[in-house]
Amino acid sequence: MAGSGTAHMRPDADPVLSVDQMVVEFPVGRRQVVHAVSGMNIDLLPGETLGILGESGCGKSSAGRAIMQEPSPTKGSVRLQGTELTGLRSADLRRKRARMQMIMQDPVSSLNPRRKVHALVAEGLKIWGFDGDDLDTAIRETLVAVGLDPDAVWDRRPHELSGGQCQRVCIARALMMNPDVLICDEPVSALDVSVQAQILNLLERTKQNYDLSMIFIAHDVSVVKNISDRVMVLYLGKTCEVLPSNDMHVRAVHPYSRTLIASIPGGEEIASTDDPVVGDLAAEKPQSAGVTELPSPLNPPSGCRFRTRCPLATDLCAAEEPELREIATGHFVACHHVAVDGAGPAAAAGAAAAGADPASPGDPAVGVA
Amino acid sequence: MFMPDNSVNRPRTLATGAALLVAGIALTAFGWSTPALVLAVKALLFLLGLAVTYQGLSRLLLGIRGKRTDLLFNLAMIWLVGIVLAAILAPVLPLGEHNNVAATLYEPINMSPQLLTDHPLGTNNQGLDLLSRSIYGARTSLVISLLAIAIGTVVGGSIGVIAGYFRKGTDSIIGIFTNALLAVPPLILLIALSTFLTPSTRNLAFALSLLSIPGMVRLARANTIAFAQREFVMAARLMGATRFRIMLRELVPNVVLPVFSMAVVMISVLIVAEASLSFLGLGIQQPDPTWGNMVAEGEGGAMEDYPHIVLVPGTFLFLTVFAFNLLGEKAQQRWDTRSAKL
Amino acid sequence: MNANNDLVLEVNDLRTTFLTPRGPVGAVDGVSMSLRAGETLGIVGESGSGKSVLGRTVMGLIADNPTTRVSGEVRIGGHDVHAITPRERRRLWGPEVAMVFQDPMTSLNPVKKVGTHITEALRLHLKLDKAEAHARAVELLRQVFIPEAERRMRQYPHELSGGMRQRVVIAMALACDPKLLIADEPTTALDVTVQKQILDLLATLAAERNMATILISHDLGAVEGRTDRVAVMYAGRTVETSRTSRVFHAPEHPYAEALLASIPRLDDDPHTVLRAIEGTPPNLLNPPVGCRFAPRCRFTVDRCRTEDPALRELGDATGATHLAACHFPLVASGDRAAESSAGEPANAAATASPTQEVN
Repeated sequence: MAGSGTAHMRPDADPVLSVDQMVVEFPVGRRQVVHAVSGMNIDLLPGETLGILGESGCGKSSAGRAIMQEPSPTKGSVRLQGTELTGLRSADLRRKRARMQMIMQDPVSSLNPRRKVHALVAEGLKIWGFDGDDLDTAIRETLVAVGLDPDAVWDRRPHELSGGQCQRVCIARALMMNPDVLICDEPVSALDVSVQAQILNLLERTKQNYDLSMIFIAHDVSVVKNISDRVMVLYLGKTCEVLPSNDMHVRAVHPYSRTLIASIPGGEEIASTDDPVVGDLAAEKPQSAGVTELPSPLNPPSGCRFRTRCPLATDLCAAEEPELREIATGHFVACHHVAVDGAGPAAAAGAAAAGADPASPGDPAVGVA
Repeated sequence: MFMPDNSVNRPRTLATGAALLVAGIALTAFGWSTPALVLAVKALLFLLGLAVTYQGLSRLLLGIRGKRTDLLFNLAMIWLVGIVLAAILAPVLPLGEHNNVAATLYEPINMSPQLLTDHPLGTNNQGLDLLSRSIYGARTSLVISLLAIAIGTVVGGSIGVIAGYFRKGTDSIIGIFTNALLAVPPLILLIALSTFLTPSTRNLAFALSLLSIPGMVRLARANTIAFAQREFVMAARLMGATRFRIMLRELVPNVVLPVFSMAVVMISVLIVAEASLSFLGLGIQQPDPTWGNMVAEGEGGAMEDYPHIVLVPGTFLFLTVFAFNLLGEKAQQRWDTRSAKL
Repeated sequence: MNANNDLVLEVNDLRTTFLTPRGPVGAVDGVSMSLRAGETLGIVGESGSGKSVLGRTVMGLIADNPTTRVSGEVRIGGHDVHAITPRERRRLWGPEVAMVFQDPMTSLNPVKKVGTHITEALRLHLKLDKAEAHARAVELLRQVFIPEAERRMRQYPHELSGGMRQRVVIAMALACDPKLLIADEPTTALDVTVQKQILDLLATLAAERNMATILISHDLGAVEGRTDRVAVMYAGRTVETSRTSRVFHAPEHPYAEALLASIPRLDDDPHTVLRAIEGTPPNLLNPPVGCRFAPRCRFTVDRCRTEDPALRELGDATGATHLAACHFPLVASGDRAAESSAGEPANAAATASPTQEVN
């Protein structure tokens, strides 16, 4: 797994955002390098939501920031509506990049504590020189659109609002820029359970009302599944699997995807039935319980990066990096042991899941395209 | 749902408070006004009276308001407001002569403090009124140190924000300069400066601001670095804000509060530094008074014979510095821990 | 001392009030509970519900002082935690009750080796000598499934991953064989796949040692399936407590029901509109009159806004106690509740979606 390849790209489509062979590396002391993202390919179609799923340290946040050029990726290209963003002069980048906005994890930290709500929301337009009476009307409209009462919050400062309200202000601020692409980096993980649902619903509604394309980065499988059309599973900077969100909890076949799904409550029952991968993982317990730690991104394993934790790993996995291959319509996996023809041990589950729904009406990615 | 803690016995607190207050004021007034005793005993009575007055006042307040107040802080603020007002209004106040020796030929010299006379704080060896000189001294000291801190805050703060935001090369160069400035002992720096600067209010303020700049740079830099990592700065960049706009609109408003509270604390340092310079004869020259050169009048045996010549300006200096420190402490508690809310 | 001797923990009408400059905040407002040996109680609630303060007050880490009022009774091992001296209280920590906190890094002293953390507690409480303590510490690390335990003993906390650190913290907590373990958000700071491992570990250890466990979490999934009973807290109070499966499958309190329905479920279709609970939890400086959930509840009537519902017995098919604080419990009061709690959350979400647009 943890493979490379471009099989999941849709060359015929006209993506609003495309990321090509993006590599993000950070130098750390003594000439070592953190390999945060190693060769990522994304094409985001208009109106589509791509979920990026992975644990902390898998490079999903680095990827989001590199797409925003904060900082620019080490290698590779990021094109927003056909414009290459990497290597743009800062003045041009400022202008182009404003079409892409980001919602961050910590809503309180994302808002300047000294400014009032109306100034926070107006900031984007003020930067570009808009001002006057229209501005107040626009702020009011946007605040209403994100579910805030303009009169109640107008003169509040962030610390006078709850976390959920702060996140709404962040969304309003991003919407004021009239973006085409919204990148959400764990937008609900700092929020309370009951508030998460409010924000997820709001993002879904906003996406439709404002014709947005969205990249939604999170670690929670259920949350990602709920909001995405297409899901990309990331492990140590490499793509494991790309699949439609529809029924992803039964369709996902990559051993790492299965592990993630089995880790969440309720995922166990779904996973345990005739699932050789999770079955193997379960058999290994409790011995394996202590050793399934993420390898260091300073020195990632050779070949498939998941092999150190993978119950299916063989010598082939260490020697050769698996490439993304299509195993069903819109479903791509980078694993040597998942085969379309059913040769691999995990293939039964994969083929069964894929075959169970041959009409595949629930392929939103394709549908939107 | 909850009871106010240790219910105060009000009538009793009020009674003892009032008694202590009256006794304290009487003791203070007696110590200050009696001509009969030696100065040391007078000073002792005076201080004792102040302590008793303080106790009485705090009890009275506790009795009246039912909860504890920070009396010391309130007194310090009263002192600061009083001294600033007096300094501003000095020319129109009915004060004695402060610098014209010719006008005091017939005044008593080295007179010790007596409340109900023309010279409640006594006179110096030229018959100049010490109360008047202390207030005019406050004028000079406060103007110089406030000007110096203003320069220091603006210059040091801006440099610090720039260093903290740009980091890398800019930061290293600024770091070298601030460290170099810190490596020179302040008094030696000031003495060196005084060799080619004539001692005027403006020049002194400029010289003293050099003392405050390195500290301000460091504080502003550290705060800028902390705030620049917050996500709202990135959010501003993503909306297309220029670097200048980010520093001015996002960082400065956040850095300003801790820098201001630091400035209040530093005022007292500068007041002391100014007094030291004047004491060494490098500041404002006699006969114009500053607290430093007034203390210097105690040199050459005058202190032994007439301690009030040193004690009076010394007390003004002490109380003002103490009050500024209290204010600075409060400011830092309030503004450096803004996030600590419940 | 107690009529019922196998009760490890008994809490009666516990109140923790913080006296803030802006007024008293009743963080825990009249909570009662009890726990038997080997039993696992889950305490769930959102931030600000008082669940963490409750855990710390039970432990005695929050005690009566000039800015905090604690009233009520907490009985651990025959002692009233808040009636004994701080010295006696410290003696309970270890052999009677131990705690595992959210962030393993702050629970460990960065300049002390892993081994020292564990042996210190052993030597202090159990009066073991150096070699015995070392052997026992290695054994404890093995019990929490830390590989190469001998080598780990000599490492510093920063050399371990988050999951390993939390295992060390758990080993420390278990050092003196506590009868009660309080785990306050033990997995919140950890990765998804590691969370499951730690929760499984806690469950295994509790079962092996017949230890009573309190699992405090905002994560309903973490609590489901790993606890015998669960208490749902809202605004400082218990709103519902019963068998875990009962609370999760047929909740009586509208808050518990709404909280469960607001979580996205893996088997829902993508883009399912979630049934969010609108509004925000009340400000405890000025809690609402009547039921504290009334301002956010779908079923609020006038009575809810004036009369504070007491926690009362609603009965359970298995004969276990089922307490809920609602004037109109969902299941017990029949009609309107029947379909909303028995039905699929997904269906409920669809009916509730119009309210969505209001806020």
